[in-house]
Amino acid sequence: MQKFSYYPGCTLKNKASELDLGAREAAKILGFELEEIPEWQCCGGVYPLNKDEITQKLGAVRALKYAANHGQKLVALCSACYNVLKQVNNDFAVDEEIKQKVNNYLALNKSDYEDGNPYNGDAEVVHLLEVLRDDVGFDVLKSKVKNPVQKKIAAYYGCLLLRPSKILKFDDAENPTILENFIEAVGGESVKYSMRNECCGSYECLEDGNTNPNTEFGAASKSEKIIKDAVSHGAEIIITACPLCMYNLKKAINNLDGEFAGRPKIEIKYFTEILCEALK
Amino acid sequence: MTAEQIAELKSEIIRISGTNPKACMQCGKCSGTCPSYDEMEYHPHQIVRMVETGDLEPILNSPSLYKCLSCLACLERCPRQVEPAKIVEAVRTVVERQKENNHLPKEKIRDFLDDDMPQQAIVSAMRKFSK
Repeated sequence: MQKFSYYPGCTLKNKASELDLGAREAAKILGFELEEIPEWQCCGGVYPLNKDEITQKLGAVRALKYAANHGQKLVALCSACYNVLKQVNNDFAVDEEIKQKVNNYLALNKSDYEDGNPYNGDAEVVHLLEVLRDDVGFDVLKSKVKNPVQKKIAAYYGCLLLRPSKILKFDDAENPTILENFIEAVGGESVKYSMRNECCGSYECLEDGNTNPNTEFGAASKSEKIIKDAVSHGAEIIITACPLCMYNLKKAINNLDGEFAGRPKIEIKYFTEILCEALK
Repeated sequence: MTAEQIAELKSEIIRISGTNPKACMQCGKCSGTCPSYDEMEYHPHQIVRMVETGDLEPILNSPSLYKCLSCLACLERCPRQVEPAKIVEAVRTVVERQKENNHLPKEKIRDFLDDDMPQQAIVSAMRKFSK
């Protein structure tokens, strides 16, 4: 049985427990093991774009180092964790200064340095969707489906799974296909719509109705446009891998007006939820 | 601000961002793709230009700095690898690193939460809006 180091991240242990549980159950059925890293730390939610923010990367580096030391791929499920882990890992390949400074910090802490080795960027970060595509195979996944989803499903990628594509190398940032192929594998019908890689408004949700009282703007309005686009294309379910997209999209459903108000409510689910439903 | 202070701040912004605003050819693709375009007083291509020309004072005080959500659409699509999101981030950072200049101070964030809000939103907002 193939084993992966697993980095759940803070939100999956709390508000997004469905995302985590669905993956664990699916892994058992599909025959691979997600070994949760002991004492993992929060990735920080966002990759630090500033060159001089080094300590903000340590949480991610500790997880990367653990996976590399154990010779396992590091699996993330949350789009944000995936994005941060992969971008921080990339720093080690392209930025000698960051690599040196991070290792100077690691050397200060005995538990980070008990193997005596600096971290060199050797870990391989993958998203669970990549495990399903490359290690399990979508054709094998399809053959194990007992309960095909049989609904029109819109894949919502958002930002963090795709960009920056030169570093993440997850999929084509402008015309991604992995989630659509996943949907087809679990027996759904994928719905393509133009807003699938647009931003949901992210952490701007904290400002909605607070520092930003203008309801025409903010996360609520950005998410509303995405939902309306998916609904207009006939979607019954939207799937996502990101807990923050989930929150923003769910909230936006309640604001639908005009011709959208009378339609049956679209569901927002994590991709692991429909994966599990299909396999059971 | 004196010319000397402006030059110093400009080099600080460029150092933090790690990008080169001089490479920008003002094609406007970043602004065209920005999901917050309509909410901004100064748009991404303008902010890049203002950093390059040293016209810093208007942007340092502009709410536009807090409209960038690091969705990285501009960075992805920039034909000159200027990476506007990194420049906006650096300008916001030099503002927030000044004493008591946080956009969302930690004690304020608590009042903006609801029961369903994911931890990810809180951590991200604190990283972005509180230095």
